[in-house]
Amino acid sequence: MLSIEKLNEISSQVRRDIVRMVSMAGSGHPGGSLGSTDVLVSLFFSEMKHDPTNWRRDGKGNDIFFLSAGHMSPLFYSVLARSGYFPLNELGSFRKLGSRLQGHPSVEKGLSGVHIASGSLGQGVSVACGAALAKKGASDENSVFVLIGDGESQEGQIWEAAMFGAQHKIDNLIAMTDMNGQQIDGPLKSVMDLGDLKAKWKAFGWDTFTVDGHDKEKIIEAFRRAKELRGNGRPKMLLMRTVMGKGVDFMEGTHHWHGKAPDKAQTERALEQLKETLGDF
Amino acid sequence: MKDIYKNTGNKDTRSGFGAGLLEVGRRNPDVVALCADLTGSLKMDAFAAEFPERFLQCGIAEANMIGVSAGFALSGKIPFAGSFANFITGRVYDQIRQSVAYSETNVKICASHAGITLGEDGATHQIMEDIGLMRMLPGMTVINPCDYNQTKAATIAMAAHHGPVYLRFGRPSVPNFTPENQIFEIGKALRLNKGSDVTIFATGHMVWEALVAAEELEKTGVSVDLIDIHTIKPLDKKAVIDSAHKTKAVVCAEEHLVSGGLGELICGVLSREMPVPVEIVAVDDRFGQSGTPAELMKAYNLDSTAVIDAVKRVLKRKL
Repeated sequence: MLSIEKLNEISSQVRRDIVRMVSMAGSGHPGGSLGSTDVLVSLFFSEMKHDPTNWRRDGKGNDIFFLSAGHMSPLFYSVLARSGYFPLNELGSFRKLGSRLQGHPSVEKGLSGVHIASGSLGQGVSVACGAALAKKGASDENSVFVLIGDGESQEGQIWEAAMFGAQHKIDNLIAMTDMNGQQIDGPLKSVMDLGDLKAKWKAFGWDTFTVDGHDKEKIIEAFRRAKELRGNGRPKMLLMRTVMGKGVDFMEGTHHWHGKAPDKAQTERALEQLKETLGDF
Repeated sequence: MKDIYKNTGNKDTRSGFGAGLLEVGRRNPDVVALCADLTGSLKMDAFAAEFPERFLQCGIAEANMIGVSAGFALSGKIPFAGSFANFITGRVYDQIRQSVAYSETNVKICASHAGITLGEDGATHQIMEDIGLMRMLPGMTVINPCDYNQTKAATIAMAAHHGPVYLRFGRPSVPNFTPENQIFEIGKALRLNKGSDVTIFATGHMVWEALVAAEELEKTGVSVDLIDIHTIKPLDKKAVIDSAHKTKAVVCAEEHLVSGGLGELICGVLSREMPVPVEIVAVDDRFGQSGTPAELMKAYNLDSTAVIDAVKRVLKRKL
């Protein structure tokens, strides 16, 4: 089990990867990726049971992670590569013709770690429900994780899945919402306010927790708690309070960096704020 | 030919699906079934009763059902997701596109009440665009069987086929005339009558109408090559080209819009490989309406008379 200090080093490097990937590609989604970095690093490097070098799409014998908010692909790819799913240097192919690292995750070219295509929003919780039920049916004791965005929660299918998860008592499912409060057209509150998300998920029958999405101790503690509650007949939702663009001052807290690449000067300014801890790809 | 393909008694194709599903459920423990509050209509209740732990009621939430099916499939299960054709294609097109077709998940999309023969419920429920929608998706297999026995056989065959499949069947009782316990071969067209003057390619409920038409035509000395295209995709191109090469005149018949349907598909193949005159019996750019299935088939020119008329037209155009 890695120390918080070590996890923070990984986060710093993952954030560098995100900025560099998006900058090199000239497009992509840095804001949400930077905001959910601490959550995903905590999951992959501390909590999740997984075997990167013997990855199987069916996830048998391991935990499974689904990224429903597919635009966070730079974060997802960096975490996968840094975990050992595929060579680090492949991060440089992000969004390039012929790459396995498509703009949004794809299974077509067989990239280890990606179980399902995502990008068109709202579908991941449903997929995770199916995979979690299959695990229960196979008496596989492991968990299924899925990450959605708060803006994504405006999709009706999310709430179809919310009903389904409770109805079928999918208690080995641990969902996470990246609560950065921003979406493409502006703050959620002005675009389409979701109101009290905690009350909503609770009302749908889910065990719901609000977590500081940048405090790794708290994040890991929340994962533990969610896993302990397996067997209680209720799916789990961890509402991760995050700051979009976290770690790069001029990207923080604004929707302007949802889907925009930094130019050369901006990239340099961003990288000055993010320590190279594990070596750039 | 009616000696071989004789109506052994009217049955609905959806019951063929239900019977096939129960059988694959018994044969293969990996088969799971999902339904969106239409279990009785889809004839999935026998499976649900025998395998309650492998049946998932999804409620009136088809988008989620497609996603859940994808999750089961990538975990190694073989999910059969059932609803009315309208609600399991057009309503959830993007879910099928991303989580099933593009994600290459082994999901079986089972669509009942397809076409205008859904009947009295009217146009909101009568989808006639579904073949087009589904065949446009890369990697999607599209099957439209013609009767109870063939639907049952197709259901069994698609469980053994790895990859996404769209299975289209219907509501009304229609003649059951193909052999019981037939082996269904995906992608292999079935010749129902050998002839030399004109080819009829028919699919789904229109196969029986084409059979009736062919019998009438043979009485007047027109020799009909009648081919059941139960698999729209992958299309048996060789069967299509060979028959067109022989007869030099083609009629296509389907309970679907012209747009995106079998006729357009065959025209696309023949225009490149074997240009011959083609007439299409299908619905041209309009919605359906309420009525009995038989009334609607007649009103929308989807019966044996319409097929005979199309044959007469194409024979006049034959060079």
